[in-house]
Amino acid sequence: MAKLPPKSMPLHSTPAAADGQLNTHTALPKGVMRWVLTTNHKEIGTLYLLFSLSMFFVGGVFALVVRAELFQPGLQLIDPEFFNQMTTMHGLIMVFAAVMPAFTGLANWMIPLQIGAPDMALPRLNNFSFWLLPVAFTLLLSTLLMPGGGPNFGWTFYAPLSTTYAPASTTFFILAIHIAGISSILGAINIIATILNMRAPGMRLMDMPLFVWTWLITAFLLIAVMPVLAGVITMMLMDINFGTNFFNAAGGGDPVLFQHLFWFFGHPEVYIMILPAFGIVSAIIPTFARKPLFGYTSMVYATAAIALLSFLVWAHHMFLVGLPLVAELFFMYSTMLIAVPTGVKVFNWVTTLFRGSISFEPPMLFALAFVVLFTIGGFSGIMLAIAPADFQYHDTYFVVAHFHYVLVPGAIFAIMAGAYYWLPKWTGHYPNERLAQWHFWLSVIGVNLTFFPMHFAGLAGMPRRIPDYALQFADFNMVSSIGAFFFGTSQLLFVIVVVICVRGGKKAPAKAWEGAEDLEWSVPSPAPLHTFERPPKFERSTS
Amino acid sequence: MVGMGVKLVYGNGGIVAVVGAAGVLAIMALWFGDVIQESRRGLYDEQMDRSFRWGMGWFIFSEVMFFAAFFGALFYVRQFAVPWLGGEGEKGVTALLWPEFVAHWPLLNPPGSSVSGPEQILSPWQLPLVNTLILVTSSITLTVAHEGLKLRYRHTCRNWLAGTVLLGCIFIFIQGVEYYEAYAHYGITLEAGIFGATFFILTGFHGLHVIIGTIILGVMLLRIHKNHFGPDHHFGFEAACWYWHFVDVVWIGLFVFVYVI
Repeated sequence: MAKLPPKSMPLHSTPAAADGQLNTHTALPKGVMRWVLTTNHKEIGTLYLLFSLSMFFVGGVFALVVRAELFQPGLQLIDPEFFNQMTTMHGLIMVFAAVMPAFTGLANWMIPLQIGAPDMALPRLNNFSFWLLPVAFTLLLSTLLMPGGGPNFGWTFYAPLSTTYAPASTTFFILAIHIAGISSILGAINIIATILNMRAPGMRLMDMPLFVWTWLITAFLLIAVMPVLAGVITMMLMDINFGTNFFNAAGGGDPVLFQHLFWFFGHPEVYIMILPAFGIVSAIIPTFARKPLFGYTSMVYATAAIALLSFLVWAHHMFLVGLPLVAELFFMYSTMLIAVPTGVKVFNWVTTLFRGSISFEPPMLFALAFVVLFTIGGFSGIMLAIAPADFQYHDTYFVVAHFHYVLVPGAIFAIMAGAYYWLPKWTGHYPNERLAQWHFWLSVIGVNLTFFPMHFAGLAGMPRRIPDYALQFADFNMVSSIGAFFFGTSQLLFVIVVVICVRGGKKAPAKAWEGAEDLEWSVPSPAPLHTFERPPKFERSTS
Repeated sequence: MVGMGVKLVYGNGGIVAVVGAAGVLAIMALWFGDVIQESRRGLYDEQMDRSFRWGMGWFIFSEVMFFAAFFGALFYVRQFAVPWLGGEGEKGVTALLWPEFVAHWPLLNPPGSSVSGPEQILSPWQLPLVNTLILVTSSITLTVAHEGLKLRYRHTCRNWLAGTVLLGCIFIFIQGVEYYEAYAHYGITLEAGIFGATFFILTGFHGLHVIIGTIILGVMLLRIHKNHFGPDHHFGFEAACWYWHFVDVVWIGLFVFVYVI
């Protein structure tokens, strides 16, 4: 990085900066077009986050429809056909439109600030990546209104359910996922280029904050597996529209081929949704424990190890499709191996807390809940990894409980924690402490009320993806449904907190949290539109 | 960008598709045009150049993974799915579906009676070999052009680059002839079982990439003609070379695994 000219010339690295417009902000277009045409990483980050938040509620409403139907056994509110569309859309929206854009939004906002860069490496590409998303998800949601209904085959869209037996709108679903995938790939390319090329002079890779590290690895995963998803949905498209036989055994193809390809994407994908969360938590815990992170290097290597292993474990989602025994064994052991680097991380967080002077601000509360509840999800993951045991758990509510524990109090709590942590930097105001505390406690209670009973229902044998169920599962489901509405409603509090925080509140200084160390706390709060026009001097901490 | 979404409604209206595609192309043209302008005005420093390099490099990696999915499908079908259907190996129970089916690759006799396989397959030592030689040659001519550019022999560069574009066009033409032959005389169609499916998805997407690559090189030819590039400052040209070599390497893989073996 020493190649930057030592004489501090204005960084001509962004096209916007290049025209000398940096100093004359008057040239910015006004109104809506400003947001449509923006190439500023902070504005695009905000767009991502707002998009993600709104989609979080859309996906949430779908989930509530599902839970309302499952409140009691029997068919009360909706047709089974529509129930299937709701489960499918809930999964797709939450994965591709809520969690992933939220992390990309945080990356846009925070990575340039954390590495002392003036902007993302490729700002126009950044704009393009974002604006693909609303297009993709408008298209996806519009399938619900089409004749034959929207996708109804689960978010994993297994063939031939999603090809031979799929509704007519599936082609649109495929194209929507294609656009979202292009958006992810381009966004990831941008993030990698930013991290590798735009760090402040003197910042080595091993000096980067862990959020940056985890995103570097996540971006690699995205670039490696999103094209595989694109490939497999292209095969679906051809099977549906052009008479090919990729997933049809009569023509020599194989439906299981679909599952292999899908999960080769799908398993790294779940790490794409959790690694940045690790990064956020690794920033927050040291801040509020007022101690440097324990085992920084091991955190980096653990993240890399998880990412590499994620390419070798995909078939643990497929223990029941009839794999050869040797494959079952290989994927069982490789999956269990992932618990090792993940355990390293959990122990590092706990050790960071050990003898720290801890305070419990809202970001810290969410981060601590993350550590505890994500670990529960991790443990149920190990249970599911055991192939013979999985014969019992497979496709039951136990699986649903497992992945909701790693995604809701895992990924989403980390996003919430990150939002509370960085809101002072974004808005210049602290979030309302009392409301945020309420939000936290209601969320924690709601999450556990919703998802914990699912473990029991699943172990007792309740299958997923059914609108009706046997009577013995009634109590568990009623509790889950109550919890879901409780959790869903309490998320409105988050919106209220954010709105209040944007409009006013206690002023935050540049370094909003006492124990915060990273570069983003060296710029004023709220962060001005352009920061680090001249690269900051990076001082290596002694730890 | 919005055109992108509209384009995808092709199931319902060709006009919408054309408008959308035109919109996307227009956006790309304007976008790249701006970048070229800014580059010409010397607004990009070394750091920006490195960003473009990283960006292009990772983009090509994503393309590699895209093809990896299709190659993976081919290997899986050949190694596992078809032999299992034929009763081989531990998972031979799938053979119970069609007991008379005999596994053989290339699969000329798909197990289900509803699917008819190809009548015969293309010999790798005719048109595919010619195409291989063309693409390999084109990589060499492109490298010569690149070296010419570095040594300031602009006309050498232009001529060899023009040759490369020409070779690209010939490749596309021959591939078109091969597709015609496949459909007309060999019975290799999209519907012809898994052989036709993997054959066309691999060669088809590769062909698409050759077309894109040829267009990119064509633009580079225009830019050479306009003297846009300096001996040290020509990443646009270099990126086009990277892309072309990548497409070439994919073809080698295709030639070996789709045609020869």
